[in-house]
Amino acid sequence: MMNNPLNKPGSFQDYLHIQSADGMDYQLEIAGMGARTYAFVIDWHIRLLLAISWVAICGVAFFNWEELRNVFKPGHPGYTGLILILPTLLIYFLYHPVLEILMAGRTPGKRMTGVRLVDLQGHTPGIGALLLRNVFRLIDSLPGFYFLGLVAVAFTGKHQRIGDLAAGLVLVYDNVDKTHSLQQISTLTLHSRLSGDDQTLLLDLLKRWDELASERRILFATQFLSRIGRDIPEASDKQTQEQALKRALKSLLGEP
Amino acid sequence: MQQLNNQSQALSHWLNARKSQWESLENTLKPTASRRAQEISDARQLLSGYRALLSDLSLSRRVNGKAMITRYLENLFLKAHEEIYRPANHPLARLIDLYHWEIPRLMRELKTAIFSAFALFALGIAAGWWLIGSYPDLIGLLASPKMIDHVQKGELWTDGLLNVAPSSVLSLSIAANNITVTLFAFGLGAFYGVGTLYIIGFNGFMLGGIFAFTAAYQLDGRLFAFIIGHGVVELSVIIIAGAMGLQLGEALIRPGARNRLQAFQETSISAGKVLLAVTPFLIFAGLIEGFVSPDQAFNLPQRAVIGCCSGMIFWLILLFGVPGKSRQQ
Repeated sequence: MMNNPLNKPGSFQDYLHIQSADGMDYQLEIAGMGARTYAFVIDWHIRLLLAISWVAICGVAFFNWEELRNVFKPGHPGYTGLILILPTLLIYFLYHPVLEILMAGRTPGKRMTGVRLVDLQGHTPGIGALLLRNVFRLIDSLPGFYFLGLVAVAFTGKHQRIGDLAAGLVLVYDNVDKTHSLQQISTLTLHSRLSGDDQTLLLDLLKRWDELASERRILFATQFLSRIGRDIPEASDKQTQEQALKRALKSLLGEP
Repeated sequence: MQQLNNQSQALSHWLNARKSQWESLENTLKPTASRRAQEISDARQLLSGYRALLSDLSLSRRVNGKAMITRYLENLFLKAHEEIYRPANHPLARLIDLYHWEIPRLMRELKTAIFSAFALFALGIAAGWWLIGSYPDLIGLLASPKMIDHVQKGELWTDGLLNVAPSSVLSLSIAANNITVTLFAFGLGAFYGVGTLYIIGFNGFMLGGIFAFTAAYQLDGRLFAFIIGHGVVELSVIIIAGAMGLQLGEALIRPGARNRLQAFQETSISAGKVLLAVTPFLIFAGLIEGFVSPDQAFNLPQRAVIGCCSGMIFWLILLFGVPGKSRQQ
């Protein structure tokens, strides 16, 4: 009972609670306004860059400056506009629906943010639901800067914009952890008495160890060890202390 | 201490015994090049792995709490659950079903809303005609000064349309504009139908007003000749989108036995199907408007035949469906 994550107090609205047909209950953490906006901003930059790149590359490759200036002028061949404008508009306006369908509820921005769209059963949404969600983008973006959508996200229990409400979709955090192998997880389970969150923190810290600056390594490792009530190894110089801290962390994994 | 050792040994034994099965289940769930290639044996393996996983996950939740192994098993469970319970994916068959029986059924459900949207549109036309016919100075509310200037000189603003942009670009921009108007007519229904009432009423009002204004300069016949080729399909789609918007508004105002969210979702999903079905016709109407309507080579009877035929095909498909064999049969 105590360990059942579904009974976590005060967090009801931030989780999508699902009970499967087999009686197994599970939950997915719902992404809030911050994650949603961050993903959108990344996607907006990507699609804008793609659209501009298309115009620039095609403009240079197929047309001269005079032709480009006359694209919209009378008597100009229609294919110029078709080659230049149609793909640009398609890239810009179909970016979200097409990529969400191809990437199973994700876009590059959502992937970078670590979120994905699911239906109310926690499954990858169907094509119809994704298209419908994008139809309502017109309404969500009214009167400008996605104001209505953001208001809906702020005031709905599952942080859904109007398009999500219509299509029955929820934006959740993608918990699929591809960086930790089953071997690592098993070792950790067998040799560690740490809580789930601490286990994740430990693995993340060790994974990022080489990327961190020396002061950060020492700071994070010291903070982590004090948090779990372990002794902090002392050393005369920085390098030796770093090595001692790394050994102490690895010992928690059951590794030498 | 002895008890702790025993627990640890049991955990170790359990993990070692189950690990290979989880790995095997994970490999089964990996997306393959062709789903069709999956054999019945794979499906059986998936089902038996799934059942074992359910019990492993329950055990892990009880013993390990929220440890990483539980999270790993939860993720595996989610993937397996989705693989087993997701509906079969046959896009072509679903598209055939859509045009064969789903759209006629949805259109029957939309009947009252379509009549209401049409009545509103007609009322808008009549109001626009009366207002501009009675007070021609008010045309400035509906038309740009350039358009007014053209009409006052005895010519339509559409006369030189092909000199402004090539047909292909024109078709494209017209189709994009029509799709936007259609989506707005439907989507604004989310404001309890008020947005849709405005879009449909205002579009009718504009059409009536512009006709009244051109009639004062004896240009209404030419305007009719311009519109008839593409207008039947285009206006039909806008009225249907308006009907869907009204339905959406009604679902929010009078959800019936369902709650508002359920009513909104169900109506949106039905309307989404109709929108998907009518979009190709809007593109087709855009092509007519870009290539036929501004081209003086087509005379009125030719345009009328194009307009009536395209309209008839559109309504026949929507009301009675495309003949063929669907999965329902």
